[in-house]
Amino acid sequence: MSKHLNLTLKVWRQKNNKSKGQFVTIQANDIADDMSFLEMLDVVNEDLTRKGEDPIYFDHDCREGICGMCSLVINGRPHGPMEGTTTCQLHMRSFHDGQTIVIEPWRAAAFPVLKDLAVDRTAFDRIQQAGGYVNVNTGGVPDANTIPIPKRVADEAFESATCIGCGACVAACKNASAMLFVSAKVSQFALLPQGQTERYERAQAMVDQMDKEGFGSCTNTGACEAECPVGIKLTNIARLNREYFTAKIFRQEDVHS
Amino acid sequence: MLDSKIPAGPLAQKWSNHKFNMKLVNPANKRKFTIIVVGTGLAGASAAASLAELGYNVKTFCYQDSPRRAHSIAAQGGINAAKNYQNDGDSVFRLFYDTIKGGDYRAREANVYRLAEVSNNIIDQCVAQGVPFAREYGGLLDNRSFGGAQVSRTFYARGQTGQQLLLGAYSALNRQIKKGKVQSYTRHEMLDIVKIDGHAKGIITRDLITGKIEAHEGHAVLLCTGGYGNVFFLSTNAMGCNVTAAWRAHKRGAFFANPCYTQIHPTCIPVTGDHQSKLTLMSESLRNDGRVWVPKSQEVAAKLRKGEIGPNDIKEEDRDYFLERKYPSFGNLVPRDVASRNAKEAVDDGRGVGKSGVAVFLDFADAIKRLGEDTVRAKYGNLFDMYHKITDENPYKQPMRIYPAVHYTMGGVWVDYNLMTTVPGLYALGECNFSDHGANRLGASALMQGLSDGYFVIPYTVGDYLANLGTFAPVDKNHSAFEQTRKDVEDNINKLLSLKGEKTVDDIHKQLGHIMWEYCGMARTAEGLTKAKGLIQELKREFWSNARVLGENEELNMSLEKAGRVADFLELGELMVDDALNRSESCGGHFRLESQTEEGEAKRDDENFTYVAAWEYKGENQPEVLHKEELIFENVKLTQRSYK
Amino acid sequence: MSSKSKPVLTSSLGKKLIMSLTGLFLCTFLVVHLIGNLQLFKDDAGYAFNNYAYFMTHFTPIKVVSYLLYASIVVHAIYALVLTRQNKAARPVGYYQSSGNANSKWNSRNMGILGTVILVFLATHMQNFWWQYKFGTTPYVEYQTELESGNRQINASDEIPPNYDGYKIFVNNGVEVIQTKDLYKQVEYTFKNPLIVLLYVIAMAALAFHLIHGFQSAFQTLGFNHRRYIGLIKGIGIWIFGVIIPIAFAAMPLYFYFKSL
Repeated sequence: MSKHLNLTLKVWRQKNNKSKGQFVTIQANDIADDMSFLEMLDVVNEDLTRKGEDPIYFDHDCREGICGMCSLVINGRPHGPMEGTTTCQLHMRSFHDGQTIVIEPWRAAAFPVLKDLAVDRTAFDRIQQAGGYVNVNTGGVPDANTIPIPKRVADEAFESATCIGCGACVAACKNASAMLFVSAKVSQFALLPQGQTERYERAQAMVDQMDKEGFGSCTNTGACEAECPVGIKLTNIARLNREYFTAKIFRQEDVHS
Repeated sequence: MLDSKIPAGPLAQKWSNHKFNMKLVNPANKRKFTIIVVGTGLAGASAAASLAELGYNVKTFCYQDSPRRAHSIAAQGGINAAKNYQNDGDSVFRLFYDTIKGGDYRAREANVYRLAEVSNNIIDQCVAQGVPFAREYGGLLDNRSFGGAQVSRTFYARGQTGQQLLLGAYSALNRQIKKGKVQSYTRHEMLDIVKIDGHAKGIITRDLITGKIEAHEGHAVLLCTGGYGNVFFLSTNAMGCNVTAAWRAHKRGAFFANPCYTQIHPTCIPVTGDHQSKLTLMSESLRNDGRVWVPKSQEVAAKLRKGEIGPNDIKEEDRDYFLERKYPSFGNLVPRDVASRNAKEAVDDGRGVGKSGVAVFLDFADAIKRLGEDTVRAKYGNLFDMYHKITDENPYKQPMRIYPAVHYTMGGVWVDYNLMTTVPGLYALGECNFSDHGANRLGASALMQGLSDGYFVIPYTVGDYLANLGTFAPVDKNHSAFEQTRKDVEDNINKLLSLKGEKTVDDIHKQLGHIMWEYCGMARTAEGLTKAKGLIQELKREFWSNARVLGENEELNMSLEKAGRVADFLELGELMVDDALNRSESCGGHFRLESQTEEGEAKRDDENFTYVAAWEYKGENQPEVLHKEELIFENVKLTQRSYK
Repeated sequence: MSSKSKPVLTSSLGKKLIMSLTGLFLCTFLVVHLIGNLQLFKDDAGYAFNNYAYFMTHFTPIKVVSYLLYASIVVHAIYALVLTRQNKAARPVGYYQSSGNANSKWNSRNMGILGTVILVFLATHMQNFWWQYKFGTTPYVEYQTELESGNRQINASDEIPPNYDGYKIFVNNGVEVIQTKDLYKQVEYTFKNPLIVLLYVIAMAALAFHLIHGFQSAFQTLGFNHRRYIGLIKGIGIWIFGVIIPIAFAAMPLYFYFKSL
């Protein structure tokens, strides 16, 4: 039988990018514990709408933990208290009756708040645009089995490639560093043979863009890894450092534009 | 008369001949053309990247905050290709044949053959982009058999193939954005298309952050906006998935084909309550090792529902493994529509399980006994974890509860062989169009179709259209059509914002979902559909008189976004019901209770229904007009599907 | 087309590289410093220690290294300041509630505070000994050691005799004579003050936590993170730099303090 909870929400409300925000306390009553966290917010929003008040804006889409659109810092933790889980996959059974839940947006200079709990993460897109690809056109590529890739390498590249781009790493990092995000993509291509030709340009270009966006630097606290909903590892950051320093100190390549 | 423009000649040569016969645009002239791509999923991102590579200027639009979030990302299982790497007898023709047969002979032969033909190029392309497909120890690509296919032709990346393929297409798109060939507009929703002299020449969008209504001009418009499964409110689609772009195009003259063909996926996590916002799919691959069952008797099922006994207390002889019983040769691996319908029958028979009684078991006890828990974990670990997280039940210890959920829509905007809609210059790609899956889509074919359309079909066919325009002049931004269409959009928004009734938009959407699921879901009847039509019309009236839309246009306004989408779903819902009513046969995902074999299987009526039903919009509250495109089968023999 | 990427040392990674290299250099110094200072525990009235102190301050290669060392400390501190400012700017609005302990260790998040404690300590430490030894006043000692028997006679005074003109070592009739500033006694005097002892112990605790994170973090920044030897690096960071070295250093003031009671 599902239990029902009465909760006090302390939610960040901010009308738009230009206005000042503040915390607003909202009661969420009779919340079934088998609801997801976002379904709880849906219920709250329906109530607000019925009362004629502006519903709480938050980003979400797939609600199955893969699109990376949902965010929220819940009681001080990105994506809430459950490890390896996005907010959309967090369920209310992780909370108890009478609890106060503080809900904040991702906080980073590079992620300005758009409204309430939604932030602008286009900085991530621009980092990917700087070099997160292999320069191949459609058509005219070799047969897929031309280059064998050891299973271990393919699996490791896959692990890096599973990053969903949600930004929890930035939100968790005390420096708002995007290193885990950047390193995941750099690692994927540094491992795979397809990524070799532009390996060193890529590391430089993506780091340059990351710095330009105003993310902080990595102090290896490991908070990003601990909060990453898909388990991207710190070894990726070590690899990015390696790639970048190799590019800068031992290689000739410049960044293409 | 609907002209599908299928090229002449033998099936296997149609596409090659057509590619040669189509006109080309001189490389120096390509940069004089702008192409608008709406939606950035597999079809949209791959099309935008490929067209930009060719030299066209491209503008992409998506409602999400990044192109990478499109719902293609959620596809789990894999992507089919006729590589025959496994030496198990696969071929382009076999993939073509399986797809036609799986679609219950309601798809176009020529389109499906082309799809099978380019499937191999897709895999090559993705590997070259650095998509980390699963590999064998020797370093070559691994394949699995999927969705009951008799050959292993499915390429996969753990349970996240859609994600990896989309990120591949997204990376190709990013490369072109960096080069300045693609302008990407995120958090933008397309609200109308602009037609000049009958041709699509632009779109009207709303900037979801500022509310600004913008006109964008282009020489061609590509709709890559996915399916309309959210008409059911609950589906495996993302929350934002909607029919608006396709529907507004429909209202501007693009025919809508086979809207009643919806795919209900058998292995989803059941509904828990009214608060539920979406349904979670678990990969079909689970059925490779899981066994589907319910108790044999209603009494045992009732005890189970009350929690007096647990599933593991039910003895082997009291269990009904209904798929294995009814379909000895395919067993648990019958196609999706068959598996779904049988689950519904068991539930309707009062033998459903779980608290609500609306679920059946998917049991891994035998697989764990046979393979060991570690092997099962290696194969399905992430799916088991997901199930555990959502339901708080441990599937290693007790059977999973599953129930079908709306997953994919085979119907969509009607397109010809070139993927052009009935509006010249307006194209539809991927799930948005109706073309390749007939009345039922096979597993691992959606990703294939999206990428085939985007990477390998549209770059050729759109060129032919542009080359035939006879001009390189830019689209006239000041043409009155832009102003007029923008005004229509603004009027509609104002109308929505003036709604200050009692019901929330979600209330109405949920109600619509109930109607659709009840009467236009897994089993449909003339009586039910007729009733549904009345209910939907009533609901539509209620929406326009009693819905509540808050806020203003000039802000991030969730209420307004939803309202616009639900208004379109209401109209689409009615058309789906019309289409389902018109098609009095059963085929694929469309099951009319009036048309079944003695064994209770879907019975087609090839004599009367071997056609595509393409509907033409005739105006507000006017009945839509049916156009038929005859389906001609020259290369396969129509047979009754049998999975006994 | 190609454009120059940012020069390495101005990028965020480059700054981290500097932190990492200077940090590791300071770590190696700690080892040398500790081994030398172990002479303090010898019960020889500072004979070994004072000779060692003279060697360290007057042997040219060591002098060069020591200037490098001072430079490293300064650079490490300045870059830490620069990075901290940038990192603070990367999050202008903080969280209302933050549960850092759920995802990271306290010391890894507070390297700046720990570093500041160490910096304050360093200033005090340099003033206590290095300044006094070089420019200030220290006690004076003359060791007369019979080379054959090893018997040693010690002439010590609290003040340096006016005719003292620097460290001297000579042999006279089979007796080795060493005249030097008595840093050993300076140590004894200094550590009579319980407040200074307390500061030293606190600083060593800060050093321990700084290095438990810092040592392995430096390797991560350099890109060394390999499953085969990451355990070894973390082990060295924790046990040698986080436990043994700080405890050994902290033992020195405590030893002299309790000896003086």
